[in-house]
Amino acid sequence: MFGDFQWDILPKYWDMYAEGFGNTLKASLIALIASFVLGTLIAIMRIAPVKPLNWFGTAYVEFVRNVPLLVIVSIFFLGSPALKLPLDGFQSGTIGLTIYTAAFIAEAVRAGIQSVPVGQTEAARSSGMTYGQTMRHIVLPQAINIVIPPLGNQFLNLVKNSSVLGVVAGMDLMYYADIVATRSFVTFEVYIFAAMFYLALTIPLSMGVQYLERRLARSG
Amino acid sequence: MDFIGAYSPDNLTFLLKGLMVTLKVAFAAIVLSFVFGALVGTLRYAKIPVVSQAMAVLVETIRNLPLILIIFFTRFALPEVGIKLSVEMAAIVALTVFEAAMISEIVRGGLNSIDKGQIEAARSSGLTYPQTLWHIVLPQGLRRMMPPMVSQFIALLKDTSLAVIISLSELMHNAQIITGQNVNWVIPILLLTALIYFAVNYPLSLIARRLEARQA
Repeated sequence: MFGDFQWDILPKYWDMYAEGFGNTLKASLIALIASFVLGTLIAIMRIAPVKPLNWFGTAYVEFVRNVPLLVIVSIFFLGSPALKLPLDGFQSGTIGLTIYTAAFIAEAVRAGIQSVPVGQTEAARSSGMTYGQTMRHIVLPQAINIVIPPLGNQFLNLVKNSSVLGVVAGMDLMYYADIVATRSFVTFEVYIFAAMFYLALTIPLSMGVQYLERRLARSG
Repeated sequence: MDFIGAYSPDNLTFLLKGLMVTLKVAFAAIVLSFVFGALVGTLRYAKIPVVSQAMAVLVETIRNLPLILIIFFTRFALPEVGIKLSVEMAAIVALTVFEAAMISEIVRGGLNSIDKGQIEAARSSGLTYPQTLWHIVLPQGLRRMMPPMVSQFIALLKDTSLAVIISLSELMHNAQIITGQNVNWVIPILLLTALIYFAVNYPLSLIARRLEARQA
């Protein structure tokens, strides 16, 4: 079985693998930053003293976390032409990734914020700071420590979830792996190599998260 | 957008058929992945010389791969080395393998959280290691593992939607067929599909939260 493993697939189709890998990375990074911003906003909405915002934030998180990512991406990919704003595979995939991951990040940030003692907020407010200033200068900086390991985990999930782009022709690693498999008439080796590309990203990330978890647990 | 036409009895029945397949595949995968995951997790916890490390490498590799890759590989790449699986079998196998890796980590974490003092007490009372595991560690550990396990099962239910890439006739697949027939049905059907997934998963997530609260 392993005697005739076709190693030449990798150098022969390297350009395709590299293109797909690059787009996977690109989508993951864009979605990471965007979902972090969106997630933090939603977390603040959930704990802000404004009832309508609370309701929206909670509804967002509860709904998005219980719906498959593929459904969300499909709504953008298949539904956007109807709204006269056609999104291609990469765009709908990245938007879907952002919206999906933001819900999980919102929960992690919320837990982090709520772990900061209430006394801090009280002291800040009675010193004359507005709610916004209190968040920015007092609460969020302290919350960051608690939030970083779950965030690292979410980035890991993001990289794996980016494979959904392959389902909507989003030019990612899975998409190009499919093309290489079709052209070379080989499936086994093609996907083993694709797996190696993913592992090259996810294993260092996973180790990084474990390292961070240990370090922050010690100092926290 | 044609909501009335989209929600015709034929379409709704077709969607429900998809939901049945989703639940069937998910249930099979849940049971199998629990069995294998608990086994692997316990083996890793027991720190058996060669076995535990081999399991560790296997689990870490699977956990760090995208499920879409594993599903595709199970159905289309394995035949090249002689393992031919039907669409449904491939979906169940792929989901089981991936989720078992996740569950083994939950099990291992749960077992590790049991105080070492319990094991020492059991051993010095004359219990063998396997007896200690079976009567002392596992019962307590299982209770702690329940909340993350239920969350993992919710994830599994959502992940069945990925089997659409190998043409499994589950909910997402049937939704795509319907939307392909009429462009005005896309948003109504996809919204309904999202709602169906939500209707199944949300109650489960409440159960997970109740379990977690009860342990605090």
